[in-house]
Amino acid sequence: MSDTYKVPTMAEMMAEGKEPEILFWVGCAGSFDDRYKAVTIAFVKILNTVGINFAVLGPEESCTGDPARRAGNDFLFQMQAISNIQVLNGYNIKKIVTACPHCFNTIKNEYPELGGRYEVIHHSTFLQQLINEGRVKVKGGGEFKGKRITFHDSCYLGRANKIYEAPREVLAALDADLVEMKRSRAHGLCCGAGGSQMFKEAEPGKKEVNIERTEEALATGASVIASACPFCMTMLSDGVKNKEKEAQVKVYDIAELIAKSQGL
Amino acid sequence: MTYISQILFFISLLAVIYFFTKRITRIRKNIQLGKPEDRSDNPSERFKIMAMVALGQKKMFDKPLVAFMHLVIYLGFLIINIEILEIVFDGLLGTHRLFAPFLGTFYPILIGIFEFLAVGVLVTCIIFLVRRNILKLKRFQAYELTKWPRTDANIILITEILLMLAFLTWNASDSVLQQRGVGHYANVNAGPFLFSQFLMPLFEGWSDTALIAYERFAWWFHILGVFAFSVYVTYSKHLHIFLAFPNTYFSKLAPKGKFQNMPVVTNEVKMMLGLPAEPAIETAPETPQPETPAEIGRFGAKDINDLTWKHLMDAYSCTECGRCTEACPANITGKKLSPRKIMMDTRDRVEEVGRSLEKGGPGIEDGKSLIDTYISREELLACTTCNACVQACPVNINPLDIIIELRRYMAMEDAKVPGSWGAMFSNIENNMAPWKFSPSDRFNWADKLKETPVNGNKE
Repeated sequence: MSDTYKVPTMAEMMAEGKEPEILFWVGCAGSFDDRYKAVTIAFVKILNTVGINFAVLGPEESCTGDPARRAGNDFLFQMQAISNIQVLNGYNIKKIVTACPHCFNTIKNEYPELGGRYEVIHHSTFLQQLINEGRVKVKGGGEFKGKRITFHDSCYLGRANKIYEAPREVLAALDADLVEMKRSRAHGLCCGAGGSQMFKEAEPGKKEVNIERTEEALATGASVIASACPFCMTMLSDGVKNKEKEAQVKVYDIAELIAKSQGL
Repeated sequence: MTYISQILFFISLLAVIYFFTKRITRIRKNIQLGKPEDRSDNPSERFKIMAMVALGQKKMFDKPLVAFMHLVIYLGFLIINIEILEIVFDGLLGTHRLFAPFLGTFYPILIGIFEFLAVGVLVTCIIFLVRRNILKLKRFQAYELTKWPRTDANIILITEILLMLAFLTWNASDSVLQQRGVGHYANVNAGPFLFSQFLMPLFEGWSDTALIAYERFAWWFHILGVFAFSVYVTYSKHLHIFLAFPNTYFSKLAPKGKFQNMPVVTNEVKMMLGLPAEPAIETAPETPQPETPAEIGRFGAKDINDLTWKHLMDAYSCTECGRCTEACPANITGKKLSPRKIMMDTRDRVEEVGRSLEKGGPGIEDGKSLIDTYISREELLACTTCNACVQACPVNINPLDIIIELRRYMAMEDAKVPGSWGAMFSNIENNMAPWKFSPSDRFNWADKLKETPVNGNKE
């Protein structure tokens, strides 16, 4: 029997006296959301295949506090942040990778003031580095070669942290036909979920934000909408369903696209 | 006779200096109603941002055509103001075109440049008026942009048109008088000029007296107009012409996604978790906490005095162009939120409080507040914190910062948030995730994966 995928926890690593090179911060959506769990799994498969010495916190992980802070509850945010920092510092974590732009932004930008200083990388940048180093190779372009793909910028990755090129370079490795939406990069339109909108009904208006954005994505004629954020993933998938296009248009995370094109 | 006009000129100059200074002092005081915040770090980076964004108008060029037209007015404003210097000297000394003899042949060239820009400003202002009032651009038709804000914009454009017309016709009538060699006009040989020469035929049938009367009228109209306009600007949305510079200098330097920390909360949380707080207090977790920790102020912002001075400077710097609102996902989809309205409301409230304080009134204690009286909770709740408004602002105003401060007040002081947010809060508290899942299930996603062989391909 061949080896199985490894998902070591920090606790296990510590017990064995080992230290991982990088901590994979899975995030709540990556842990619980049925759709995003597939992204987590895809990313872990890539980490395994490339041979990255990583670990996760497993049951010790907890919400970063991002939704609480964006909703105005800074008490709850700081309770979460400071508790998380205690766990992270307890394990002497130096480097963190995460597939969630909200976790990424919070840990990278908002934890340092509270005593949590780490090198934080979003999985788009991480994958880009692996591709540039030749550690991830898409053989013959994979199944997305020549397909029309459009990338939706997550606000917390793009405008919030100016990461526009990394996810696009990852997509470029697929040798696909990359098309931009009318509003992209710094002018990209939000999916509608940020600022804790994910956790409540929208205010009265004439349209849902995710529908507006989905229409723009569909207008490109792409058969794949690529995203790099769990909330965007939900909003755009819902939008595509609303437009009854789910048979023709798929919403994938960039890690899934890489994993799929490698047959993982 | 000249003495009278010199005295009148001197009085007008003093009056404009007085009213302008008085108003600027008031605005300064109003901005200082905000809480202190240190933004004196990284001066070189700040100068660079100011040079790029304010002086270089970098962000305007997201819309190249409008940026070009705006640039014409901007350059016109900067360069034609050199001519104001001569006009002021002439007014005070009773001279006529004082600089002409000193500059010689360069003088008509200089006036030609001014006229070139004046025509540019004139044409652009007409286009801008058409865009606002005839083409009715969506950006200028929002519900927050009615009555005064709309009139304000039109007053500014019409004033600029009138000032440019006065300047050009003054030059034209003056040139005719010079050619005819009437009185002291004969001593100045400067005209005709680049553009106003084409207006000269308009005046050629006029008598000398009528011409002199018009030349004086245009001269006085122009300079008094400039004086009045400079005071008017301080009461209008047009203040961005000055405030764009300090406002971009004091821009937020941190990544846009980083929210301002609340150190007061950090101390409380650390105490609750039994960690040493700042300043380090050696207390055991079970030590009872003081009833009211010495004056911690309000959590978040209910009114303008809970905001920082930078938020208030942002409000005064806003010229209501609406690029923020145009980019706002909530506004695009018909929600009530408009980042421009957030800025306009903030300024209206600061002005209201300032006016009251000036008259010895109750100021902030007038029973009103920025939240509820001006900005509704529905607007605040609609924000996705996407930073599109911050990105769009040509003078680096940050409406999101104000929205978050007001949300903090809603969540922490008022404890009034939508029920589903309340549920999300308690999920985070109890289940360590915004959804109601058992924390012990957090790692379940890996169960199946750990049994999947690496070379076995798809599950």
